[in-house]
Amino acid sequence: MARAWRYFLPLAIFFGLLAFLWKGLSLDPRAIPSPMINLPAPAFTLPQLHAPEKTFSAAEMKGKVWILNVWGSWCVSCRYEHPSLNRLAKQQLLPIIGLNWKDVPADAQGWLAKFGNPYTLSVSDAEGRVAIDYGVYGAPETFIIDKNGVIRMKHTGPIDEKILEEKLLPVIRELQK
Amino acid sequence: MIPELGHFALILALCLALTLGIVPMVGAARGNARMTGTARALAQGQFLFIAFAFGCLVASFLGNDFSVMNVASNSNTKLPAYYRVTASWGSHEGSILLWLLMLSGWTFAVSIFSRNLPDAVVARVLAVMGWISVGFLLFLLLTSNPFARLVPAALEGRDLNPLLQDPGMIYHPPMLYMGYVGFSVAFAFAVAALIGGKLDATWARWSRPWTTAAWMFLTVGICLGSAWAYYTLGWGGWWFWDPVENASFMPWLAGTALIHSLAVTEKRGIFKSWTVLLAMVAFSLSLLGTFLVRSGVLTSVHAFATDPKRGVFILTFLALVIGGSLLLYAWRAPTLGLARAPRAFTPMARESLLLINNVLLVVALLAVILGTLYPLFVDALGAGKISVGPPYFDSVFYPLMAPALVLMGIGPIARWRGETWPELAAKLMWPLLISLPVAVALPFLLGRWTPLVCLGLWLALWIFATSAFAVARRFRATAATGWMAKIAANSPSYYAMHIAHIGIAVFVIGVTMVKGFESERDVRLAPGESVNEGAYAFRFVSIGERPGPNYKAVQGRFEVSRNGTVIETLTPEKRNYFASGQTMTNAAIASGLTGDLYVSLGEPIEGATDGAWGVRIYVKPFVDWIWAGCLLMALGGLLAVCDRRYRLKTERKPKAADITSGAQGVPAAGD
Repeated sequence: MARAWRYFLPLAIFFGLLAFLWKGLSLDPRAIPSPMINLPAPAFTLPQLHAPEKTFSAAEMKGKVWILNVWGSWCVSCRYEHPSLNRLAKQQLLPIIGLNWKDVPADAQGWLAKFGNPYTLSVSDAEGRVAIDYGVYGAPETFIIDKNGVIRMKHTGPIDEKILEEKLLPVIRELQK
Repeated sequence: MIPELGHFALILALCLALTLGIVPMVGAARGNARMTGTARALAQGQFLFIAFAFGCLVASFLGNDFSVMNVASNSNTKLPAYYRVTASWGSHEGSILLWLLMLSGWTFAVSIFSRNLPDAVVARVLAVMGWISVGFLLFLLLTSNPFARLVPAALEGRDLNPLLQDPGMIYHPPMLYMGYVGFSVAFAFAVAALIGGKLDATWARWSRPWTTAAWMFLTVGICLGSAWAYYTLGWGGWWFWDPVENASFMPWLAGTALIHSLAVTEKRGIFKSWTVLLAMVAFSLSLLGTFLVRSGVLTSVHAFATDPKRGVFILTFLALVIGGSLLLYAWRAPTLGLARAPRAFTPMARESLLLINNVLLVVALLAVILGTLYPLFVDALGAGKISVGPPYFDSVFYPLMAPALVLMGIGPIARWRGETWPELAAKLMWPLLISLPVAVALPFLLGRWTPLVCLGLWLALWIFATSAFAVARRFRATAATGWMAKIAANSPSYYAMHIAHIGIAVFVIGVTMVKGFESERDVRLAPGESVNEGAYAFRFVSIGERPGPNYKAVQGRFEVSRNGTVIETLTPEKRNYFASGQTMTNAAIASGLTGDLYVSLGEPIEGATDGAWGVRIYVKPFVDWIWAGCLLMALGGLLAVCDRRYRLKTERKPKAADITSGAQGVPAAGD
C-alpha cells in the first residue's frame, strides 16, 4: 500500500481545477466590474497598423467621444461582431479606433481587407502592453471614452445589434450632447 | 396547460430518479433481489416522463405559445415548422432538457440491453445514472425551467438566432449530446465496478460497446458541428479551437483513449485501474464541457446568456460527481488493481503500442485542456489577461498526433505480448516502401512541394497501406476458401477497426490538402465581370432580391466555368432577418470529391456606379474529405457496436485461445 497515494493524484488535480473554476465564476467576463470605468483612459502611443512609420496616441482624441475596440485577426468572436461594427462605422457617429492586439500586421491587414474596415485607424499592440493597461480580459472588448478622455463604458465580448442599440448607442448619444 | 403538464412530468421524473438512485443501490449492497429488481422499471418510467416533458416543450414551440418565456425568446410565427422544433433546444433551458432526454434515453437503453448482465451490476449501473439524472433534473427545475411562463404573454416571438436556422442545427446538438451523455454509461459501469469490487475483463467487455456507441455519436456530432461552422459562419474554416469546440473535443480524445485501453483490459486483463480512470475522465470532461458552455466562464461565439446561479449549481454538481467518483477511485482502485500480477509484455507488443497511443492521446488532451482553461487560470491568479488562440493549439497538437498516426499503422499489426524486431520490420517494409515514395512524389505532381504536405500525405498513405497489407495477410491466413467466406470468417470489429483507422487517413488527407493548397481571393466584381482563380473562372451574372419566410435576401448569381464550359451555378445570399434585424451571410458552396468552390457576398462597394460588390472566392481542395473521414470513423464505431460477440448470452472470460492465437499470427479479434 506504500504507493496507494498515487491513486489520490487524480482527485488532488481535480480539486486544484475546481478551485480555479470556482474563482472563474466570480470573474464573470461579461460583467462590467472594470476598475477602469470613470478613470482617465491610459495614455498610449503606438504605431498605426496601415502606416507603421506613423504613430497614434490616445491624447489626439481629446475633445471627441470615441470608441476603442480591441480585436485580432486570430479572434473568432471578433468576426462575429464585425458586421455590427461595420454598420456603426457607416453611420459616422464617432471615430472607432482599433487596438490590434497581439497580431501579425500582415494578417490583420488581410483580415480587414476581407471583412471590411470599420476603423478610423488601427494601432498595433503587438506585445499586448496597452491591452494590459486597459485591463483587457479577451478580445473583442470595447471601450467608450468621452471628450475629456475618461472611460465611460466597457463592453466585454462581441457586440451585436441588440447590444449596440440598447447599450452602446444611448451612452454615445448622451456623451455627445 | 401543456407547459404545466411538462413541468409536472419533470417533477415526477425527479421522484423516480431519486428512487432509482437509492433503492437498487441499497438492494445491491444487501443482496436483496426485490430491491435490485426495481431498477429497470424505474429507469424506464423516468425515460417516459422526461420524453413526455420534452414532447410538451416541442408542442409549445409548434403551437407558437408565446406565453412560455422560452418560446417567446426563441421562436416566431414566421419561423418554418422544422426550425420551430429545433428551436426547442436552441435555448439554454431547452438544451439542458435535451441533455436529460438523452441521459434518460441511455439509461433506458441500458435497462433494455442488459439481459445477460448480473442483476446487481445492472442495479448499480442504473442507480449511478439515476443520480446523474437527479442532478440535472434539479438543475433544470431550480435554475432553468424551460416551461416558465411569461405574463403577460407576448404577441410575437423574438425569433431563433439566425445562426441556428440551418439544417445542420437539426442534427448537430442531438448527436453531440448523445455522445456527451453516452459516456455516462461507461462512467456508471466504472463506478459500479468500483463499488461492487469486481474490476475484471468482463467489466471491460460490458463497457466496450457502450463506450464505442457514445464515441460514435460524439464523432458524428463534432463532424456536423464543424460542417455547420464551415457552411453557416461563412468564414471558410472548419475548426477554430473555440472553447466550445474544445469542450466537445476533450471528451472525444478521452473516449478515443478509453476505447483503446478497454481493448487491452478486455483481452489481456491489464491497465485496469488506468482504464477505469479514463472512463471516469471521459464523462467528467463531458460535464466540464457543459459547465464551461453553460456558466459563461469563458467567452466564445457560442455565448449564451449567463447566470451566476447556474454556474454555481453546475460547479457544485461537478464537484460532487467527479470528486465523489475520484474519491471512490482513490479508495478502491489500489485493492482492485493489485489482485493479480501484471502479465509481461515486450516493448514491441501490441500492449506497449496501445500504451503509447494512450499516453499521446492523454498528453494531447491535457494540452487542449490547458489551452482552453489557461486564460481562466492566469486571470484567477491575477497575473494578467490573456487569450489563447489557434497558434498554440496548432503548434502543440499536430506534433503530438503525428507519432500517434505512425503508431496507428503498427499497432494493428503487432501481436499481443511480444513481437521480434525482424518480424515486425518484415511486415512493415512493403507499406513503407510504397507509401514513402508516393508521398514524396505526389506534392510535385500537385504543383507545390512542402515538407508538411509531404508528411501529411505520407501519414495518410501509411495508414492506408498498413491496413491494406494487414487485411490481405489476415485473409491469406484464414482457412476458408473463396472471398466471401474469407470476409465472413473475420469478426465485424476487426473490419470496424480498419474502417475507423482509414477514416483517420481520409481525414488527414482532407486537412493536409486544405492547409496546403487552398486559395482565396477577395475581389471587387460588378455584374457581368468575371475573375479567374486557379483553373476556374467565376462570372458574376446578376444580383437580385429574394424573399424568405422570416427574412429578406439579396441573392447573387455566379457561373463557374472550367475550360470554357459552365460547371456550376452558385447563388450566395445576404439575409436580413426581420425580427432580430441581424444580417447573415450565406455562402454558396459547390461540393465535390476533389474539393469545394465557395463564393460569398461581402458588402456592396460604396459609390460604385456599376453595382459592384466585394466578393470572396475560395477554392478548397478535398475539404469534404475531412467530414467524410469523420463519418468513416463513426461507421467503424457502428460496425463495432453491432459485433455479435458483445451480445452473447454467456459471459465469456478471455480464454487461453485468445492469447495463443496471437502467436500464430491471427489475433482473435481486431482490437
